[in-house]
Amino acid sequence: MNFIIESFKQAFYLILNLDKQLLDIVVLSLKVSGIAVSIATLFGLPLGVLTGLKKFRGRSLLITLYNTFMGLPPVVVGLFLYLMLSRSGPFGFLNLLYTPTAMIIAQTILAFPIIVSLTHAATVRVNPSIKLTSFTLGATSLQTSFTIIREARYGIMVGIIAALGRVMAEVGAILIVGGNIEGYTRVMTTTIAMETDKGNFELATALGIILLAISFTINLLLFLIQKKGAIKHQWS
Amino acid sequence: MELRLNVVNIYKAYNNKEILKDCSFFFDRSAVYVLMGPNGSGKSTFLRICSLLENPDKGDINYLRENKTLNHDLNLRRKITLLLPEVGVFNTTVFNNVAYGLKIRGFKREQIQKKVQEALDFVSLTHKKNQNALTLSTGETKRMGIARAIVVEPEILFLDEPTASVDQENTEIIEHILLQLKQRLNSIIIIATHDKDSAERLGDFHLLLESGKIRKL
Repeated sequence: MNFIIESFKQAFYLILNLDKQLLDIVVLSLKVSGIAVSIATLFGLPLGVLTGLKKFRGRSLLITLYNTFMGLPPVVVGLFLYLMLSRSGPFGFLNLLYTPTAMIIAQTILAFPIIVSLTHAATVRVNPSIKLTSFTLGATSLQTSFTIIREARYGIMVGIIAALGRVMAEVGAILIVGGNIEGYTRVMTTTIAMETDKGNFELATALGIILLAISFTINLLLFLIQKKGAIKHQWS
Repeated sequence: MELRLNVVNIYKAYNNKEILKDCSFFFDRSAVYVLMGPNGSGKSTFLRICSLLENPDKGDINYLRENKTLNHDLNLRRKITLLLPEVGVFNTTVFNNVAYGLKIRGFKREQIQKKVQEALDFVSLTHKKNQNALTLSTGETKRMGIARAIVVEPEILFLDEPTASVDQENTEIIEHILLQLKQRLNSIIIIATHDKDSAERLGDFHLLLESGKIRKL
């Protein structure tokens, strides 16, 4: 029991003293996950909106694929990406293995289906009368699409934040393609795994507390967004 | 020269059931036309086809100005407006809902402010302008829908059951608004309703949609 209390004491000491090693790891984690989610949003949002608004051949198959890939095991993504980026792989010449870029690619692959799928669901849920009303008021197709995106904004934000939550907590894929190199590719989750193995609980606990705080903030944001988006008719 | 609407021999069927059958009518002057008929007679379908929301299976919807037929393009669409029976409400303030048609037409901020204010005054919703429109009552939502439709000053205004599902008090308010609108807008207003008393009070011309055809009463 004493060693747990001691670990927590040391962990809070590291946090309160803004330990450089700790900060570097947290900043790199936020950077990698932030960039990955931004890229996934850039491509995932239009695709989710497109499948939500347009009916085309193969749409159902595409939606099934999004939903399937939402549950992609991170280690499988890591393995797949490793094979692609290793020296003998098709993209080996890019020398990306064991770099933050490889970690960003891995997290983008994990975040992308979540953003596409939840954006699609949010777009589909928009009341059909919005589209009709927009048309009857003289909107172009593009203006109508933007109106629908605006109406689906809370659902879309939930998707982006959920994706951020998933990639921040992920360890399997980035450990395989990042390699956990100190000062270069070492992030919160990989450090926790390694330091626990080594029996150095102070840093692992400090990072665990920070990760938990980030996770709590993300969930609080999710809750607030869902609450704001859930305004219903009070009288009718 | 004013915009006119000539409906020529239109047909429309859903699931092999003919709703409109060789239906024709020429809306040739600025006035309030009240379209009556029992539920399911095709009033809403007629309005949706006239307002270019749907295409007829056969027949023509001709919008005319100075005896020239206009193309069914965005320019024409922006001269006509339909108020749907279920008013679509954007999840934003009442002000932004009413401003929507002006914003997409590229009006300047000051113009939008002025026109929306006037429209809200007209339907007595000024005090709710900063409220989220999803929190309005059904009657208030209908009034907001009317404000949103008239703020763009349409040359032809279609109103589909503007007093349906509304309590007596709001029905009277909406009728009063429509009577004032009649004086104010020099346009063609076509109202679909199944309420005979309301039709009597509002209409200059009374039309009956029966067996897929329109006849003047």
